[in-house]
Amino acid sequence: MTLSNIVVLVKYVPDATGDRKFEADNTVDRVGVDGLLSELDEYAVEQALQIKEKRPDEEITVTALTVGPAAAEAAVRKALQMGADKAVHVQDDAIAGSDAIATSLVLAKAIEKIGVPELIVGGLASTDAGMSVVTAMLAERLGLPQVTLAAVVESQGDQVRIKRDGDSATEVIGGTLPLVLSVTDQSGEARYPSFKGIMAAKKKPLEALTLADIGVDAGEVGLDAAWTKVDNVTERPARTAGEIVKDEDGSGATALVEFLASKKFI
Amino acid sequence: MSEVLVLVDHVDGAVKKPTYELLAIAKRIGSPSAVFIGGADKADAAAEAVKGYGADKVYVVDDAEIKGYLVAPKAEVLEQIAAASSPAAILIPASAEGKEIAGRLAIKLSSGLITDAVDVQVDGDTITTTQSVFAGNFTVDATVVKGTPIIAVKPNAASPEEGAGAGAVEQFSATISDGAKTAQIVASQPRQATGRPELTEAAIVVSGGRGTGGDFDAVEGLADALGAAVGASRAAVDSGWKPHTFQVGQTGKVVSPQLYVANGISGAIQHRAGMQTSKTIVAVNKDEEAPIFELVDFGVVGDLHSVLPAVTAEIEKRKG
Repeated sequence: MTLSNIVVLVKYVPDATGDRKFEADNTVDRVGVDGLLSELDEYAVEQALQIKEKRPDEEITVTALTVGPAAAEAAVRKALQMGADKAVHVQDDAIAGSDAIATSLVLAKAIEKIGVPELIVGGLASTDAGMSVVTAMLAERLGLPQVTLAAVVESQGDQVRIKRDGDSATEVIGGTLPLVLSVTDQSGEARYPSFKGIMAAKKKPLEALTLADIGVDAGEVGLDAAWTKVDNVTERPARTAGEIVKDEDGSGATALVEFLASKKFI
Repeated sequence: MSEVLVLVDHVDGAVKKPTYELLAIAKRIGSPSAVFIGGADKADAAAEAVKGYGADKVYVVDDAEIKGYLVAPKAEVLEQIAAASSPAAILIPASAEGKEIAGRLAIKLSSGLITDAVDVQVDGDTITTTQSVFAGNFTVDATVVKGTPIIAVKPNAASPEEGAGAGAVEQFSATISDGAKTAQIVASQPRQATGRPELTEAAIVVSGGRGTGGDFDAVEGLADALGAAVGASRAAVDSGWKPHTFQVGQTGKVVSPQLYVANGISGAIQHRAGMQTSKTIVAVNKDEEAPIFELVDFGVVGDLHSVLPAVTAEIEKRKG
């Protein structure tokens, strides 16, 4: 099998260094806060581009795919600037408040609409919800195997091999295309868009799709269709400043030992 | 009483502590049924182990046919056991593999999934989970409203409860599709045993960062005196002082121990996301302006290379 299409999944998330908050209906505020392409998805874009670059004899198209509000266009734009060939943005008011289950449905249907590629690449988690399950759910929906959390990626012909730090061992995992791949921040620093890349991105195709376009009923997505319900969101009370001592001639160690003993850790 | 399925987390038959924590949670919901997917020759010992922590039933699935084939076959096994037993809930360890199994299972069973639960409360038929999100700045209470609740539970969410269950063993032969046997572990290098508890499961974690200057002796000395796991900040990992498997933080391990001791770690958001839900937090840092001090229950402004050895020596003395 030759590799002709790679779809890379990118998510627009609230900036983790800014003020992240929830809306009155307990969904993440994705409109009233500064957002950007999830840092962990930049590694996915990078690996998709590297795979393409390492296989110059094949005509490979890298498509960045996102689901999100109008502002989410920024996420696929960044991917285009980095070097993706085209972008697809699924946007529909009905999607707001969707859980991972519905998100994976929208992604699966969008991918079926644009054509299931030989390789789908995602990041290890989003930097907001961070469930790390969407790639697994997408693979399940598309009936594909998944090769996940790669620190090193190699591909040749229809074979993909990765190395990863598994839960209890360092593992080498092999799979045959088509498959879903996810990569970690260990896989290699993501490139910065060059000036040339930024200019070129303006001319690259960006396709906007609605739920109707991909054949998803609005009733299947959004907050009301979620299979889980958030009952309560509470801001963690600021940790009341604990006791802080200055170490002078060993006094710090003595005080720390007393603290640990008072908490029964020793 | 309805069954509650608990996927047994084990390495070659040796049952890991999070399994016992899941069994304790399962008891709150119904009758715990452990699901052991592993070698047939290891099943008796594993069944005995989970029985000791309350498993009323143990489904044993021989993995001879599926060993090495990652998550998809395990999701199929759970799907088939769930179809046969109509459980009240399915509990899975929130490890990387566990969450992928849970994700696939949720689609198969058309059931809601909650990941990374740090607590599970039961009130009548309602199972409410607690999650910690946005670097631990918010707590979310959620319930599953469709299908069989599938909950991926973080280590240390409950205390293991000894006490024998009925422990009835049932051999279960699952039918695995060819499609599930496509991604395979080609080689596996077990992590070198450190003699210390595993980072994500440890009750106490002692970590070192940039302030160690690459010398972890003081950090490791204190860890061993406390029976703790050793962690590292991203800065320490990026400097090559510790492998990535030691990294505590958003892109490393997320830990939630009883006690977290941060040494020479400034407390960047990346790191806080990995440890902020620890019950008690202690920091030692030369820089009194370090943001880590905003989180601590107790902090020492001082040089870790002198403070930690003194603490270690005093602990050893008290232990006698």
